[in-house]
Amino acid sequence: MIPLSWYLIVATALFAIGLYGALSRRNAIAILMGIELMLNAVNINLVAFWRYLTPHRITGQAFAIFVFAVAAAEAAVGLALIISVYRNRDTVDVEKINLLKW
Amino acid sequence: MSSLDPAALINVLPEILLVVLALMVMGLDLLWPAGRKRDLGLVSAAGMIVVLIASFLWPGDGQPVWGGMIQADLLARLFRILFLVAGILTSLISMDMKGLKQEGEYYAMIIIATMGMGLMATANDFLMLYVAMEMTSITQYLLVGYMRREARSVEAGIKYFLFGAVTSTVMLFGLSFFYGFTGQTNYAGVRMGLFNPAIDTGAVLVALILIAVGFGFKIAAVPFHFWTPDTYEGAPTPVTAFISVASKAAGFAVLFRVLNVVFPVGVPQSEWTNLMETLAIVTMTLGNVLAIPQTNIKRLLAYSSIAQAGYVLIGVAAVSSLGVASALFYLAVYVITNIGAFAGVIAVANRLGSDDIRAFAGLSRRSPYLALMILVAFLSLGGVPPTAGFVGKLFLFQAAVGQGLIRLAVIGVLNVIVGLYYYLMVLKVMYVDRGEEEVEVPVSAPLAWTLAVSAAGVMLLGIFAHPWYNIALRAAAVLFPG
Repeated sequence: MIPLSWYLIVATALFAIGLYGALSRRNAIAILMGIELMLNAVNINLVAFWRYLTPHRITGQAFAIFVFAVAAAEAAVGLALIISVYRNRDTVDVEKINLLKW
Repeated sequence: MSSLDPAALINVLPEILLVVLALMVMGLDLLWPAGRKRDLGLVSAAGMIVVLIASFLWPGDGQPVWGGMIQADLLARLFRILFLVAGILTSLISMDMKGLKQEGEYYAMIIIATMGMGLMATANDFLMLYVAMEMTSITQYLLVGYMRREARSVEAGIKYFLFGAVTSTVMLFGLSFFYGFTGQTNYAGVRMGLFNPAIDTGAVLVALILIAVGFGFKIAAVPFHFWTPDTYEGAPTPVTAFISVASKAAGFAVLFRVLNVVFPVGVPQSEWTNLMETLAIVTMTLGNVLAIPQTNIKRLLAYSSIAQAGYVLIGVAAVSSLGVASALFYLAVYVITNIGAFAGVIAVANRLGSDDIRAFAGLSRRSPYLALMILVAFLSLGGVPPTAGFVGKLFLFQAAVGQGLIRLAVIGVLNVIVGLYYYLMVLKVMYVDRGEEEVEVPVSAPLAWTLAVSAAGVMLLGIFAHPWYNIALRAAAVLFPG
């Protein structure tokens, strides 16, 4: 069987790619995609831990399902906000969304 | 009693009632004609007062509910009362805010956010903690961006959202590792699991830091404070008030709990104390220093709220029941004080259409009572006796000295002096300066009530502090048994 650590390495790599995307992209939608990658990394972690550590209890799987649901809600709200910004400012570039600054 | 017994649901009675209230407000929004929509704020406030009374009448027995997901012990119940008070006052100050379209869903989101905070405080499981935090955050993203034709409100909303989504996901990654270490998500289970000597302390520390990112966002601690000034300035002012007090208090509620989970087994306490001490020092210093040059009152209060979070972190760094009790007391004071300050800002902005500090010039001659209420709130934020802010800071510094954190207490006192400078500057503008157009500022009834409750609470908690502090001490004892 594939060792647990392989899954954890994949998850951590995916998380790092997502975090890099979220921090470096200027397009708000691309940032949202980075966040989704990070959430998927978490899900790989949870499901891998469930399979290897506590296969007899569904805690990890249940947690992963809750993460899907919350991620969907978060994406819905995020896209709604992005649409509102686009209607107001005609851009989704976070560097041009700069009315508020000191 | 089994945790799935229907009778155990008495422990989540306030949350159940809040869901009913949220649905009721949305239903009334459909039924009522447009002219009556303003009264929805009263329905929302009155409903939450009923929930508050119900939570006193049936406090529950503190037993775990829903398979151990929720445990409403004394500490959690006190936090829940704080959130309800914040929710009630926020509903009241929303009613006459100009430019905000008061509709059912606005109040429903405030009610649901209040409920989510209650669940954050009572959560006894990492899964529940995550869901509750997101329930609070997602409704708040929407509230911040609620004025969707206002470019500033929407911009504040998207900044809050992007920052919040990234930090909460980092926190979730940390939580997944705690599940991996112990095979459990329940606080007590994780605590027992961490006794396993095979678990590497360094790995636990890394996971803890990942979690702290999420909490740092919630309480707006440095270095996760960048969203604060922008979001506070752009958001509708009642929402700013709500986020600055309730959301912050909820963040501290979970911080106290998790502190209890990982100690003393997971991470050496000295490392945690060092981390929290540094965070407290940096947070209060940066907040206070950056507040000084601000010319917009909402931005000034944003940096002030960062500094106030730094003061509360002193109580977290002093890991003891005294530390938690004084932090809890200070949060209660802060909730009441800051909502009063924002109510004053709304009154002035409604009349003059500006959040600029200069709009306050000569307010004491135009509206002496309003100016007096704002004076009380600002003196309490600054920590001048006999207000509650003074007593609260005294308790915090006392707790720090009690744990041998002399340096932290000294830096705290120095920060209070810096803070006084900019609070007094606002008061000087209000009492000494002359405005260009000296018009009287009308204060509507709900705003006046909020200001009166705030000022009365500040004086009450300040002069008769000990009964309240004793209750906080009993609540803090929950975290430090024996």
